[in-house]
Amino acid sequence: MPAGSPFTAARIVITGIGLTAPNGNDLATFRQSLLTGKSGVRRITTRYMGEVLAGVCDFDELKYQRKKELRRGTRAGSIAIYCANEALADSRINIAAADRSRVGVYLGVTEHGNVETENEIASIKEYNYDVKFWSHHHNPRTVANNPAGEVTLNLGITGPHYTLGAACAAGNIGLIQGVQMLRLGEVDLALAGGVSESIHTFGIFASFKAQGALAAHPDPTKASRPFDRDRNGIVVSEGGCLYTLERLEDAIARRARIYGEIAGYAINSDASDFVLPNAERQAQCMAAALRHAGIGPRDIDILNTHATGTKQGDIQECIAIRAVFPPGCPLHVNNTKSFIGHAMGAAGALELTGNLPAFEDHIVHPTINVEHLDPECALPNLVLNTPKHVDKVDCILNNSSGMLGINSAVVVKRYEA
Amino acid sequence: MTREEIRAAILSIITDIAPDEDLSNIKGDVRLRDQIDLDSMDFLDIIMELRKRYSVEVPEADYPKLATLDSTIEYLEPLLKSK
Repeated sequence: MPAGSPFTAARIVITGIGLTAPNGNDLATFRQSLLTGKSGVRRITTRYMGEVLAGVCDFDELKYQRKKELRRGTRAGSIAIYCANEALADSRINIAAADRSRVGVYLGVTEHGNVETENEIASIKEYNYDVKFWSHHHNPRTVANNPAGEVTLNLGITGPHYTLGAACAAGNIGLIQGVQMLRLGEVDLALAGGVSESIHTFGIFASFKAQGALAAHPDPTKASRPFDRDRNGIVVSEGGCLYTLERLEDAIARRARIYGEIAGYAINSDASDFVLPNAERQAQCMAAALRHAGIGPRDIDILNTHATGTKQGDIQECIAIRAVFPPGCPLHVNNTKSFIGHAMGAAGALELTGNLPAFEDHIVHPTINVEHLDPECALPNLVLNTPKHVDKVDCILNNSSGMLGINSAVVVKRYEA
Repeated sequence: MTREEIRAAILSIITDIAPDEDLSNIKGDVRLRDQIDLDSMDFLDIIMELRKRYSVEVPEADYPKLATLDSTIEYLEPLLKSK
């Protein structure tokens, strides 16, 4: 793309949102849950482990899929199809009439294939591990592009599709990929975000438990409690959130509703540990996103934290935030995992989305379940347990980080012509 | 199994594999794939279910013999006679 191309400087906006979260299957319900303290965490039974806590979605799987498609595909594919169709409907784009070769599907995933592989192993166990009973569906279900590919099959989209494996930063990174492909002129419409089916693999629960990082609480709705002194780990959740992203000129031309503008972003790597976070790199990532957006720390009104409820993770992120935002910055800080748990590949996109209505209603949703604030997490303007009305919300920063030391930060601005 | 039981068994498998289809008027002498939405992956599911439910192995060379409901019953009758 030559310098000065109309695409490289293109402003990219969100014009549609489709989501399923453990506490809502559309933005209005999700937002209402975040403002009223409604959790989506409950007990489920998982293979080999018995009862565990998880965030579970209850969207209507048959709204956009036939029973046969459901049987053949994956839960991540089903979540992605629901979110994609809802996002398109919300954006009022008639996909059947669009040039579907110019639509790209970019989905962040934390992992994919564990669920399907575990199911097949459990299935052949019934036949003394005779692999002639291993399903021919295994490969199409477990290829890493599966959820994105299922969206293209469902909607007849013939542009590019793939997933972005980025641990728990993936929701942000799916969104960033969509922005980049629009700016490169590769596509004219991006369906971008993240999905998670992780509650259907026992392995993720067992591994967090082995690591001492799986949340436990007699009341499931109180188990996910970032920043609380007594937090004891992560609640694993499923979910999805996809956006329709367009170049601003295209959105204006069709008089689309604009939720916000992706003003800047950054992705970097800790290069320090497989699982332990690195506050210095997280701070560098947030600072880079602010520079990319052409703004300073005083311009951010809401910072949605990644905090997952682990002892070290929450503290390290707070250190990073203090390093980037000096005392006196007007920002308010909140967290979404306290409501829905950790939606893994969907987390970044869902958590950003839950804050977008604040551009209009000027309410910062809280982080809930904080009974005893950990002094090491006592950031100024951390919005605890009840929503807070503010004078204005013009800029939101969303943090998401993941294993192997991947950090991401996205800055979204209230749209102004 | 009797021919009628084999017919019911095949339809039960197809009901699971093609759950959106109405099988009440399925014709025995017309190719199944011409009557309902059944592709090659679905066909492999039928083979797999015969293996799982009835321990019947259908070699690939015999797949064409399972084109219609009648021909499938014909093919399976000797294999399921004692089951």
